Amino acid sequence: MYKQVNQKAWLLVLPVVVLVAFNAIIPLMTVVNYSVQETFGDNVFFWAGVDWFQQILNSPRFHDALLRQLLFSAIILAIEVPLGLIIALAMPRKGIGVSICLILMALPLLIPWNVVGAMWNIFALPEIGLLGKGLNNLGFDYNYTRQPVTAWFTTVLMDVWHWTSLVVLLCYAGLVSIPDDYYRAAKIDGASAWAVFRYIQLPKLKRVLTIAVLLRFMDSFMIYTEVKVLTGGGPGNATTFLSIDLDKMALGQFDLGPAAAMSLIYFLIILLLSWLFYTLMMRNEAQ
Amino acid sequence: MARITIDRLRHSYVSQPGKPEDWALKEMSLEWEDGGAYALLGPSGCGKTTLLNLISGLLRPTEGRILFDERDVSSVSPEERNIAQVFQFPVIYDTMTVYDNLAFPLRNRGVAPSEIDRRVREIGEMLDLGGSLTNRASGLTADGKQKISLGRGLVRSDVNVIMFDEPLTVIDPHLKWVLRSKLKELHHRVRRTMIYVTHDQTEALTFADKVVVMNNGEVVQVGTPIELFERPAHTFVGHFIGSPGMNVLPVALENGGISFMGSRIDAIEAARVDAAGGGRLELGVRPEFVSFAGTGGLPVEIGKVTDAGRFRIVEARHQDHLIRVLVPEGQEVPTGSAALGFEPTHTHLYRDGWLVA
Amino acid sequence: MRKRSLIPIIYIVFLMLPIYWLVAMSFKTTNEILGGFSLFPQDFTLENYAKIFTDSTWYSGYINSLIYVVTNTILSVAVALPAAYAFSRYRFLGDKHLFFWLLTNRMAPAAVFALPFLQLYSAVGLFDTHIAVALAHTLFNVPLAVWILEGFMSGVPKELDETAYVDGYSFPRFFVRIFIPTIAAGIGVACFFCFMFSWVEMLLAKTLTSVDAKPIVATMTRTASTSGYELGLLAAAGTLTIIPGAFVIYFVRNYIAKGFALGRV
Repeated sequence: MYKQVNQKAWLLVLPVVVLVAFNAIIPLMTVVNYSVQETFGDNVFFWAGVDWFQQILNSPRFHDALLRQLLFSAIILAIEVPLGLIIALAMPRKGIGVSICLILMALPLLIPWNVVGAMWNIFALPEIGLLGKGLNNLGFDYNYTRQPVTAWFTTVLMDVWHWTSLVVLLCYAGLVSIPDDYYRAAKIDGASAWAVFRYIQLPKLKRVLTIAVLLRFMDSFMIYTEVKVLTGGGPGNATTFLSIDLDKMALGQFDLGPAAAMSLIYFLIILLLSWLFYTLMMRNEAQ
Repeated sequence: MARITIDRLRHSYVSQPGKPEDWALKEMSLEWEDGGAYALLGPSGCGKTTLLNLISGLLRPTEGRILFDERDVSSVSPEERNIAQVFQFPVIYDTMTVYDNLAFPLRNRGVAPSEIDRRVREIGEMLDLGGSLTNRASGLTADGKQKISLGRGLVRSDVNVIMFDEPLTVIDPHLKWVLRSKLKELHHRVRRTMIYVTHDQTEALTFADKVVVMNNGEVVQVGTPIELFERPAHTFVGHFIGSPGMNVLPVALENGGISFMGSRIDAIEAARVDAAGGGRLELGVRPEFVSFAGTGGLPVEIGKVTDAGRFRIVEARHQDHLIRVLVPEGQEVPTGSAALGFEPTHTHLYRDGWLVA
Repeated sequence: MRKRSLIPIIYIVFLMLPIYWLVAMSFKTTNEILGGFSLFPQDFTLENYAKIFTDSTWYSGYINSLIYVVTNTILSVAVALPAAYAFSRYRFLGDKHLFFWLLTNRMAPAAVFALPFLQLYSAVGLFDTHIAVALAHTLFNVPLAVWILEGFMSGVPKELDETAYVDGYSFPRFFVRIFIPTIAAGIGVACFFCFMFSWVEMLLAKTLTSVDAKPIVATMTRTASTSGYELGLLAAAGTLTIIPGAFVIYFVRNYIAKGFALGRV
């Protein structure tokens, strides 16, 4: 749509800018302020320059948390995006089944995140949880509070449970917006089911899939509450992702300087990666 | 290639059709010759798309049969019917090149690559797409995309019929006539059976050798464009085709003649009408066949005059009834009171809407 | 066709299992829970729910949560409406950068902002008020609402605006009388998402409150740590937090698919 140039439009966006700036810029300045100072308690600060940044960037602890975080996000994307797509493709398109599917599938998205964590915590308990007891009865040695591997398994399963529906809903919305004529034309052209998926559905879903990848990447990269309640970052540091590490540093040890520096690095990584996705998508759209 | 026979076809979207309104398509029988250019013309909701979907196999008829040559295809799937269709909104495979789009139906049918290449190039040339075969199809304009849709039907040698469902809806007005004449030209070259569905009379009349006019789920007339113009079989056809449409005036049989609001109309001989028939009688005459007469004509008051280029449209009134008159350029239009005469060979009588004489 | 519908059915069963377990546990006594494994409540009790509905520290948590969630939803959508209109209709200095900057706030991890938020809202004297949480949640909800509404508004032809101005409508009158009713579905979808993200967020809500505005989710975690492992009570409280969400989904079920399709980056 052609848009008119109108500088007065700034008046319309002003409330949003003021509100978001209040919430975003002031706290961000606070974080920047901490990140360059050294404190020995009660309001005594020394200029520390980029020391904290160097310390964080060189610390094995940060490297480990970052690696765990990247691995976690990669696993989440690799599972949730294809799975969500498959479920959306298999969903009914009309009738009562649609409403039932949409309502039940959207349910996990509306449960407070710490309740999700608590729910999975008790669901997976090896002695009294349905999942934990079930897996042990099937002969698996399963105890997510002790074994790093099962802790990861549980965390990933919880996230798949919690967020796959978002991908399903996005893909479903994309699928129902494809006009029937495309399917008719494909039928007439003698296309196989695979060809319909490859040449009609997948290209038409490109936009929603990019949004899904972007959202799932950002949110899985920022995961905090659910993991905090489920495993607390353990056993050991097995599920200590960036947010949890940050939390341990800032609130657990009150190392405000390093925590602030890490916050900024963390935020910048998300921004950078999201910007990459964003420009890639824009280039695709321009084609 | 095939002759298409529609045999006592009826269709309803209701599972237990009872009332006449339940039938989206009322019983009809039609015969379409191999290689002909046909149009299905009618207002939206008249059932033309239902008929199209029945022929293409996207719908199964509730009753009746569809035959391609002698073969009953009523319950055969769309892909087995070997039909091609161009939809209202262009359907192309976005990620493919123009070449791959055209080759797609042949590849799906396992045609040899060398044969595919020959066909695609031939059709590409025919559609003036020769220069853009290697381009991405998504970059084309709407008319180019519609050409690709058509091309996917033309590349196949086994196609029985190519159907068009309002194909010019999204085409820019100034390109509409280009594509329309292109279609006509293509039909002459390939001589495939083509069925063109539209609500636009100009598109139907310029494209088709024979037009099927539909209204309320039934066929009201099948005829050449000239027949539709000169002898509308139903007042609906008279209204719908022609601009302005036919004048339709309520008449009665009185004293052995036809009279309109008490004035005798000589253009129709009462002898041609069966007086016992009953029903609602109407007279139909196109504005082209109404002229100003001297004395003895139907007395009218002249109202608004609209200039429409090569002729003028005059609105004349007899009591409460509006009669439109087409006056050729250069001819005088009287003002105030005047009298009208109807050309006898083009003045028709309708009973309950249907032509009687 | 049969085989195909198995996939959503299996998925839904998978989604319902943990929820079932939570609900089942909320009807069990603490002794039964800790005593061993049982698929169904053997000793069915409503005690956990009775406690929540009679103890003000519990039920006031629900009321607090609902107050700040509703405040946030109204506030976010109200400021996002004119802004989304500006983005969808006009070009102005820095518009693209501004849009991207707004979206970057969706990418800010709450863990990064928790502490600075605490200091900021303490400094302006809003600590432990509903408005503090409502304002804090605008950080991610306002960009989201602008994004969703912009998508819906771009689908409304500009001719609507022009016709109204020709008819002598002033901008505010046109906006309230004509434009807002036209994009009612979009507003519904935006409200749904704002409600959802404010309702599920808990780190900021917990950080910015202590007593008067304490959300239900904070009550839950504090109970878990102070009074030992009262799993039945926690399960009942958790079950109750699912209900508002289920209600909201039910009301917007016909718009969910549409709402997702109109999102735009």
